[in-house]
Amino acid sequence: MSDLPTLQAHRESAIIAKSELNRLVAILREEGYSVVGPRVEQGAIVYAELESADELPIGWTDDQGPGSYRLEQEESKDYFAYNVGPHSWKQFLFPPRHVVATADRCGDGWRMEQPKANHPKYAFLGVRACELAAIAIQDRVFMQGPYVDPIYSDRRSTALILAVNCTQAVSTCFCTSMGTGPRCSSGFDLALTEIEEGFVLEVGSSAGADLLSKLEARPISDSANKSAEAKRQRAEDQITKRMETEGIRELLMSNLEHPRWDHVAERCLSCTNCTMVCPTCFCSTVGEVTDLKGDHVERERTWDSCFNLEFSYVAGGNVRNDRRSRYRQWLTHKLASWFDQFDSSGCVGCGRCITWCPVGIDLTEEVSAIRNEPNRKRSLPIVQSTPSNLCRNTKDKA
Amino acid sequence: MNLKKTSAGGIALNADPWQAHEVRVVQVIPETLGVATYELEFVDPAFARDYHFLPGQFNMLYVPGIGESAISISSPADSPEFLRHTIRAVGGVTDAIAAGGKGMSLGLRGPFGSSWPTESCIQHVGAPKDVLLVAGGIGLAPLRSAIYELIRYRERLARIVLLIGSRTADDLLYLTEYETWKEQGIEVHTTVDKKSEGWEGNVGVVTALLNQLQLAQPENTVLMTCGPEVMMHHVAESALHLQIRADNIWLSLERNMNCAIGICGHCQLGPEFLCKDGPVLAYPRVAEWLKVQGL
Repeated sequence: MSDLPTLQAHRESAIIAKSELNRLVAILREEGYSVVGPRVEQGAIVYAELESADELPIGWTDDQGPGSYRLEQEESKDYFAYNVGPHSWKQFLFPPRHVVATADRCGDGWRMEQPKANHPKYAFLGVRACELAAIAIQDRVFMQGPYVDPIYSDRRSTALILAVNCTQAVSTCFCTSMGTGPRCSSGFDLALTEIEEGFVLEVGSSAGADLLSKLEARPISDSANKSAEAKRQRAEDQITKRMETEGIRELLMSNLEHPRWDHVAERCLSCTNCTMVCPTCFCSTVGEVTDLKGDHVERERTWDSCFNLEFSYVAGGNVRNDRRSRYRQWLTHKLASWFDQFDSSGCVGCGRCITWCPVGIDLTEEVSAIRNEPNRKRSLPIVQSTPSNLCRNTKDKA
Repeated sequence: MNLKKTSAGGIALNADPWQAHEVRVVQVIPETLGVATYELEFVDPAFARDYHFLPGQFNMLYVPGIGESAISISSPADSPEFLRHTIRAVGGVTDAIAAGGKGMSLGLRGPFGSSWPTESCIQHVGAPKDVLLVAGGIGLAPLRSAIYELIRYRERLARIVLLIGSRTADDLLYLTEYETWKEQGIEVHTTVDKKSEGWEGNVGVVTALLNQLQLAQPENTVLMTCGPEVMMHHVAESALHLQIRADNIWLSLERNMNCAIGICGHCQLGPEFLCKDGPVLAYPRVAEWLKVQGL
């Protein structure tokens, strides 16, 4: 996003032919952008660099459910007739592996530096409404606190966002409950709605307007406008999953000993899939990667997960040493304590964690179970004396 | 959203939070078994001039190739050029620092985190405050910079009491300083869990010492504590019984501090990022979470 002007001022609707998408990709590439968009790989729709719009998943759609994802080919030649897959844009803005610092032996000391900023200027094509919301959430995490993460901020500040309005939904979608979609309302440079005759375009920034001016666009007709509206409405109508969010922070934080946490712990594999596919999960760890002599060291940041046992390690043990406490951490952070930290929910209702959970755990059902029977306490005795994970007398860990 | 950085005690505005600065270990002071205090000096004098911290804050000390460890600063905040960290060798990083000793080159990022409420104790309105400091084991290390600060402004405070609990007499940290602190107007009381030969002092938990205190003005008393979490929990409960106001009870907490800037997620305790909201927090902010096992 190059800027965020008032949306109405820029909201001009135009229509381009589907073939014009190739020109759009070509223009962006000429302007030095690395165009990233959806393409079919490994049996799923993933986000990868595009050389041409022909690489988009034309004619592909998907079927999703708890623990299930299948691609299907359709008669139609729609470019964007699928829902969000396992990838999200966070892998480009917050790379899964990235060197945050280096150290080089220098005499009997060390020279410690930051690697030179070297990243592509991204143009994201096909960003859905829930994903716009996820990017806005990660903006707050990485750029709007007392410290700014330079890695995220460098990538984010030069990224161009070409959004696509959903025209269908799958059973795992619940953006309407989270107030994030399915309609793209802000946070994009251009937004597209795919209809039979082409793509209806909506401008969200001056960079988007500039891009539109380079395309062969026509003013939109009433009928095209109506079809676009009908397509967007269809997506909304297809969303059946709901999550009641009223008072959810208080609900979860006042039910930390609810027996449902034991119930979900029996199913959860602690595999970390939900956190890897989540477009807002931001946990990471930094490891040391050295050359053979140990003279050149790279501090590599990698995605981490609150489901990993060692995630909560402190000298003396792991604070969250069972799946119950780890699942509880994930869910209460995502849906409750995130409000305290970042003034919003950490969930955008994209449904990825439901689809990609190998055992099909559905967070909306876990919340409902607690909501339906609140204020219950697990019957197991709670050890109050000196739990080993709290018995520490040192301020150090390594 | 808090966009404002603390002027004193924080890394510079717009500085890359991942940039480590080279320091040298210029002195190693052996303390107790496995514990030593390391005096560090910045290699770059320009950075040293700009470096300031507040009592209770911590630095990330970095041994290239091994990793970083969050270590509280235990020297006087008014002499940041004289930077001391008391470290127990318990893992890769701290073992390497112990093995490296004097002359070792380290990286340092910091200072990070919140600080003890020494300033509000000193700049009181109304009657001078009483201050209680309760330390368990190596928990005395982050409290030491607060002790120095309180001594510096001793005349602005009423009573200052320091209660120290340790496993054995041999584990009492900074033992040689207790007499000086007493001379400077601090009541120092110690207790050990396990009596050893020659120990004539108190035996038992540090909360027993706290419970025995007669406070003249509990409503005007501030308590700061650092030690094992279970100890701090009991200290806070005892303090409430002594009629100390909950918001005058301050704890220094620990979780896995990895990035130190609130973006890696490791150090969360309920809604708090202990690296950036903490490590020092007022009891009402965390009381609820400390009761939940495995949070």
